[in-house]
Amino acid sequence: MSFASPPTTLARPTGLRLLASRTFVAGAVLTGLVLLTAVMSLVWTPYDITRLVVADRMQPPSFAHWLGTDHLGRDILSMIMLGARTSIAVALVAVGIGVGIGVPLGAYAAARGGFVDEALMRFNDLVFAFPSLVSAIMITAIFGPGAVNAIIAIGIFNIPVFARVARAGALSIWPREFILAARAAGKSDIRITAEHILPNIAGLLLVQASIQFALGILAEAGLSYVGLGAQPPMPSWGRMLYDAQTVMLVAPWLAVFPGTAIMATVLGLNMMGDGIADALDPRARGRR
Amino acid sequence: MMTFVFKRVLFGLTTLVLASAVVFAMLQVVPGDPARLMLGMNATEDQVQVLREQMGLNQPLVLQYLDWAGGLLRLDFGRSYTYSVEVSELVGERLAVSLPLALISLGLSTLVAIPLGIYAASRRGKTADAVSMGAAQIGMAMPNFWFALLLIYVFAVWLRLVPAGGFPGWSAGVWPALKALILPALALALPQAAILARVTRSAMVEVLGQDYIRTARAKGMTARSVLWRHALRNALIPVLTILGMQFAFLLAGTIIVENVFYLPGLGRLVFQAISQRDLVVVQSVVMLLVAAVILVNLLVDLSYALVDPRLRGNR
Repeated sequence: MSFASPPTTLARPTGLRLLASRTFVAGAVLTGLVLLTAVMSLVWTPYDITRLVVADRMQPPSFAHWLGTDHLGRDILSMIMLGARTSIAVALVAVGIGVGIGVPLGAYAAARGGFVDEALMRFNDLVFAFPSLVSAIMITAIFGPGAVNAIIAIGIFNIPVFARVARAGALSIWPREFILAARAAGKSDIRITAEHILPNIAGLLLVQASIQFALGILAEAGLSYVGLGAQPPMPSWGRMLYDAQTVMLVAPWLAVFPGTAIMATVLGLNMMGDGIADALDPRARGRR
Repeated sequence: MMTFVFKRVLFGLTTLVLASAVVFAMLQVVPGDPARLMLGMNATEDQVQVLREQMGLNQPLVLQYLDWAGGLLRLDFGRSYTYSVEVSELVGERLAVSLPLALISLGLSTLVAIPLGIYAASRRGKTADAVSMGAAQIGMAMPNFWFALLLIYVFAVWLRLVPAGGFPGWSAGVWPALKALILPALALALPQAAILARVTRSAMVEVLGQDYIRTARAKGMTARSVLWRHALRNALIPVLTILGMQFAFLLAGTIIVENVFYLPGLGRLVFQAISQRDLVVVQSVVMLLVAAVILVNLLVDLSYALVDPRLRGNR
């Protein structure tokens, strides 16, 4: 149905605008570096962190250990590389849960309206009444600490976020003329949603995904800092900060690197999100 | 106006009831019998049964829920398994730390962020704008507990201006107590201030682009009075929304930051309760925070009507 073909929001002009956006490029480079580190840790880290060399403990940064060693003699650089994997995995799967369940819910509510829509929105209000961190703590407290429960706890709160964005985005597309044309062509609501609505709200969802990804990294770090996230010996940035706090008087640098890693990742993701949002809505440029 | 208030209050109450049901249900799925937990490993089956009867655990779930929810209304949260005192008493003690902490950091972040956001908006596209929004980006990306660690290192370990942690209690005097709260409050305030500054700036930029602002300028008003008298008032709604959300975040956020500073607030209480499986306490604190979120959101919604007369009609 060529006459009904929608203006795809992420088409070339937007792509070009993205590359022209310094915010986006800087964010993408930062995020790319973190991803690269995480991937690299799958095949290589400078040291094996399961081998504890107590004689080498709490060394300041040196040629042998670029970022120093912790209280058990483990190489900090290797720990940070492996920690990147934990953080990214937890936050990414949590975003996946949010997108996978929230977007269909939101799209369905927008397509059908009525009771389903009302019920979904009330459910959203209910979930938003729970401060996410408190609830994540409660969930991990009930079901036990660990990376998987942290993913579930963070993921549950991503569902209403994506449902809300998908619904609002879809509601703004449904009254458009090309949708009317698609309807006239006899397409079902599901097909219209898949072929026309979703591609048009993909940009919005991408912006939200980068925000939730960043929040997920922060939440995972917070949970593992208080001992409810990834459990040792699985390295995680939050846990490293907890360990660093106990030896902060003798080895303050230990608290610097994991925190910097968290900050760089979140900063990269947020900047990417800002860049995409600007490219999608050039008029809003500079408003953020 | 009255129907708006009535509807909004009714809606808040419904959410509260539903939320309490969720919290109650969550605690039902916890493995383990609370009566057995209280009595320890050596209790006989008979002793456990007697206690179960006393605690009302043999009643149908619906009755147990009504009993618990009714207690909440009377501020009777039940008794802590481990402390053997009323939970309300425990929570009250801890709130005396967490609430001032949240309020101080809300105050700090508002005082810094709103002027910063307005300033950045008025200098849109200039260096000052880029610098302040860059700083806001970094503030948003810093985990507050990490910022807290850095603050401890600089101000407590290195400069020795304030204690690194702990809380002397309000009975030790206002000044020593405030000194113990200042670093945690700063740590909590940073990410909140960063978000608030961004929201304030974008709301102001949006408003400053409106026709009536051009009109105000055209009729010869000074830039300053356009900014403060016309723009700010109209930019307040998104700012208020975020402020309301942030208060809830701050109360919840104290949980982790209190652990960094070993402050005896709600957060420490929750963690001690979790490690001791004292779930009545966990349940009560979560319920309290949820009620606070709902109440604050209600107040924010009602305040929209004060700020924006158009909203009084059809919402």
